[in-house]
Amino acid sequence: MKAFLLSFRSEFYKSRKTLGFWCAVLLPLLICLLMFIGFYSNSDKLIHYPGMSLWMRFAGGVLNVTGTLLLPMFIVFTAYSVNSVEHKADSWKTLFSLPLPKMSVYAAKFIYALFLVFLCLALFVLFISAFGTLLGTIKPELKFSEYRMECTLMQIYFKLLLSSLGILSIQFLLSLLWKDFLKPMGIGFVGTISGVIMGAMQWKYAYLFPYSHPMLALTNMMPRGKPDATPTLHIDIFTKDVYISMAVAAVVFVCGYFIVLKKSVK
Amino acid sequence: MVISTSELTFNFGSQKVVNSLSLQVPQGSIYGFLGPNGAGKTTTIKLLLNLLKADEGSIFVFGQELRSNRISILKKIGSLIEQPALYLHLTGRENMLNRAMLLQIPTARVDEMLSLVKLSNAANKKAGQYSLGMKQRLGIALALLADPELLILDEPTNGLDPNGIIEMRELLISLTQQYGKTVFISSHLLAEVERMATHVGIINNGSMLFQGCIDELQSVNQPVVHIETANPVDAANLLHRNKITVTEVTDTYLTVPYISKQHTGELNALLISNGHTVFAIGKKQQDLEKLFLSITQNRN
Repeated sequence: MKAFLLSFRSEFYKSRKTLGFWCAVLLPLLICLLMFIGFYSNSDKLIHYPGMSLWMRFAGGVLNVTGTLLLPMFIVFTAYSVNSVEHKADSWKTLFSLPLPKMSVYAAKFIYALFLVFLCLALFVLFISAFGTLLGTIKPELKFSEYRMECTLMQIYFKLLLSSLGILSIQFLLSLLWKDFLKPMGIGFVGTISGVIMGAMQWKYAYLFPYSHPMLALTNMMPRGKPDATPTLHIDIFTKDVYISMAVAAVVFVCGYFIVLKKSVK
Repeated sequence: MVISTSELTFNFGSQKVVNSLSLQVPQGSIYGFLGPNGAGKTTTIKLLLNLLKADEGSIFVFGQELRSNRISILKKIGSLIEQPALYLHLTGRENMLNRAMLLQIPTARVDEMLSLVKLSNAANKKAGQYSLGMKQRLGIALALLADPELLILDEPTNGLDPNGIIEMRELLISLTQQYGKTVFISSHLLAEVERMATHVGIINNGSMLFQGCIDELQSVNQPVVHIETANPVDAANLLHRNKITVTEVTDTYLTVPYISKQHTGELNALLISNGHTVFAIGKKQQDLEKLFLSITQNRN
């Protein structure tokens, strides 16, 4: 456990000056900021909406942008960036010749990639809440203060995090094995596009395909029709696609460890 | 023995990269692991660090079997394999601090090692801006950080300037003589290894050609007198008539086994007194290629 924590700390130390880390912070900030500007400049068209509906529109706007395409691509990029630090430095051989269990080094890297996804999604919750509240404060005619959405947002983003696990584990393994950026990126891109198409077509077996999971998570939980017609949101976190995502992550993580053990360190 | 391998074999596909290698590295030695590029030196080093799994044979380090005691053995080893693995977006000091964090070493040791390899002034510069020699020195500082009992260095003088090579040699000699460390150093340069090694292993095509202490190698690696003359063939005939063995004759030079300074002077005098113009004459060690030949011939 100690070796794992040391490796995890080292992952943070190595990546804190890289785009991979800052992307997890800047992506939610930028998208929420743009949404804030959009709402602020169009506030006159939004004043008649009740508080809950406003929040739904605000959060829904962010979710629509990120959930289907941007989140899977962010995961592809994060999985690559965590591994590319070692590829660029040619430091796999050094890392695996340190007196640390190989499992700790491998697990710390995977958990760190997961942490970056978690950080990004947690910041989405934070920035949506903060910018929504800020809009309600500087434009009191927008009735953001009528409703609180933090708990719902946490549930939505927790479900998104769980839906991301499958993609993350696959992309992590591909990025660990291949130094070349184009291979994991290409597979990730094709996977994401296929996932979006499968999700949009509502193919009955789409839940088995990890790249469809973030989209399925969103489409299954978002209310249909006009938001103001739905007084409450029911979010079922543990749906079958989430179970599949977690199962894929567990299987790929374990397989990945054995592949790493067998793989010759160049 | 600090390192002891027995019948170590590693195949890369159908090619035998390391073939029945039995290394014996004594405590406190500087073991020069010599061989041309592609001889299997780096692969052997990777086997010794458990980065590759041997197909056959066993590896014992500090008297313990490597695979079942990996972590306790690696705690006592510092290594530098091929090019130093540096995070180029971090400074030299940050690279050291990252390693110190992983190995739980006090920060004071980081500054001590940076000063040892003369990088204190460049410590806050990004490693990406370092010259090849600076990178190599930082790699050595990283290898020394945990104060290891065994230092495994793969071609560490690559990229170092002559001063850097001399400093490195002195450092390695003091590590073994003053602190009782053991150094396993690979190189393709015989002359470089001969200057510091106490023990030598010579590998070619994955097989050990020679292993022993440096004196034993010198008995195999006889120096020659290298003579440049206007007409090497006539000069060789003259020496031959005077019952002096000539080992090699080319268009520009000839070589004779080295015996002593006195003897070299006599050769020079003999050639000049018989009308030969001698452009240059001096003692010369054989290069690795010729040493391989003489070792192989001795075996046959």
